[in-house]
Amino acid sequence: MADLKMTSVDKIDVAYVAHLARLFLTDEEIRTFQGQLDHVVAYVKKINELDLKNVEPTSHAVMVQNVFREDVVKPGLSVEQVMSNAPATISDQFQVPKIVE
Amino acid sequence: MKYLTTIGLEVHVQLRTQSKMFCGCSSEFGAEPNTHVCPVCLGYPGAMPVMNREAVRKTIITGLMIGSKINEFSKFDRKSYFYPDMPKNYQISQYDKPLCVGGSVDIDVDGGIKRVAVTRIHLEEDVGKNMHFQNTSGVDFNRAGIPLMEIVSEPEISSPEEAFAYLLALKQILLYAGVSDCNLEEGNVRCDVNCSVRQEGQNEFGTKTEIKNLNTFKGVLNALKYEVVRQVETLESGGNICQETRRWDVDTGVTIAMRSKEYAHDYRYFPEPDLVPVVTTREQIEELQSNLPELPRYRRERFVKEYGIPEYDAAVLTADMSVAGYFEQAAKLSSNPKAISNWIMTEMLRLLSEKELDIRTVMITPSALAGLVKLTDDKVINSNSAKEVFAVLFDKGGDPNQIVKEKGLIQVSDSGAIEKFIEQAIADNPKSVADYLSGKEVAAKHILGQVMKLSRGKANPQLVGAILEEKLKVEKQKKNG
Repeated sequence: MADLKMTSVDKIDVAYVAHLARLFLTDEEIRTFQGQLDHVVAYVKKINELDLKNVEPTSHAVMVQNVFREDVVKPGLSVEQVMSNAPATISDQFQVPKIVE
Repeated sequence: MKYLTTIGLEVHVQLRTQSKMFCGCSSEFGAEPNTHVCPVCLGYPGAMPVMNREAVRKTIITGLMIGSKINEFSKFDRKSYFYPDMPKNYQISQYDKPLCVGGSVDIDVDGGIKRVAVTRIHLEEDVGKNMHFQNTSGVDFNRAGIPLMEIVSEPEISSPEEAFAYLLALKQILLYAGVSDCNLEEGNVRCDVNCSVRQEGQNEFGTKTEIKNLNTFKGVLNALKYEVVRQVETLESGGNICQETRRWDVDTGVTIAMRSKEYAHDYRYFPEPDLVPVVTTREQIEELQSNLPELPRYRRERFVKEYGIPEYDAAVLTADMSVAGYFEQAAKLSSNPKAISNWIMTEMLRLLSEKELDIRTVMITPSALAGLVKLTDDKVINSNSAKEVFAVLFDKGGDPNQIVKEKGLIQVSDSGAIEKFIEQAIADNPKSVADYLSGKEVAAKHILGQVMKLSRGKANPQLVGAILEEKLKVEKQKKNG
């Protein structure tokens, strides 16, 4: 498990986040998005003008809690249905490039 | 130079549920690949997860068992990373509001008890399983979405042996709580281990390494033993420890650095928008608390106090919750709990393991065992016959009194009858008698055996011994006289 430290983000590093998300952006795209995201962040930062010392961070915008299902088994999909979505299969499994540790 | 070892464990425990964490797919082990999957656990766009009530309840029970504080407000978060075992490219886990915070597990260390603090317990979903083929890999998502508890210890464990003891104690608690089957062969319990060493007198921890995905307790023990030595040797020879993830190779018995996944630790957690928070009220927590099973350690101490059995017996009996339950049922019906304990620790456990049976479904009932102990204590049958009756009870069940009658096992304590058996044995075995008279004391044992045989095992052995001794004395006098 990772450190439970919140990293404060002043600026979104577009190239870094794109790498994490496996997005392949051109330099020009990075510049464009960087500018746009800087604007977004600046806008959201307006909230810092308020005194929020005693306000819990909001995790959910709706006031609903405790939506559970009972522990009951229900049929899922057939293996044929599942595999029909796979670009490549091997022994009823999703085939991926060889994983090396 | 002397080194101190610091170990922390993250233990992933599969909860005992019928269905997965966020969908109704079966959590059964060993199904054909991709047969327990649906749009939710395959991460199809638009499919919505819904929390399994039972998984949340069992996680809270686990927390209460080890003395955690239960967060009244808890939520799920997305942990983002890329790996082919993940259908969604994020795992639903818990970040800053886990279900349980704090708690501890007591372990036996060198005859004493050490308390290992637990940081937190959170609930998450398991990921898929990768199979490796010649040139490609395959992904089976049956396991994806199965509820896992992650129990994180504080770095307070100071040796590989302590880590092993911690896992044993934790497993026992989980079994007593009924929250997991803890079946290691089926991968129900998997550990990530953090380990560092530092010179004695140094305050700050050394650089730690993480060994991932150990699925046996022995594996944890051996991997740590290796890793501690490796780190000490590296430092002694002037090297540095790299903070890295390592893998335990069972075949070669070494840990190997894994190819570092770039930025692997930037998981960018954020609240799972598809799930609402879990709010547990004080009343609900108290309700669960009041119905909590007894902790193994308390049961062990209670057995010693309540039933007057030795510490050792109590430890053996409580190692398995169902064995402990069986003992207690029988002991309650008996005035001789130590004899009950003896039967269970010897014959019962031996036969159970020989025949690969479970004490919960055994034919001999606790009351039959108590009855058997009474028959022996009242000297109705001798210990040989008792073994015979036990074997019948174990195989077929029934009432011990009935079996004793049917088999005609009632002990012969009539000295007249016993004398006759002895006289015959002496007449039949002149060689043994001669041996005895020439000083071979053991020959008496042989004659005693013959007497028991003549009585078809029913003679009271103490009585036989006493009378035989008398008779042989007389023979001796005859010879010397």
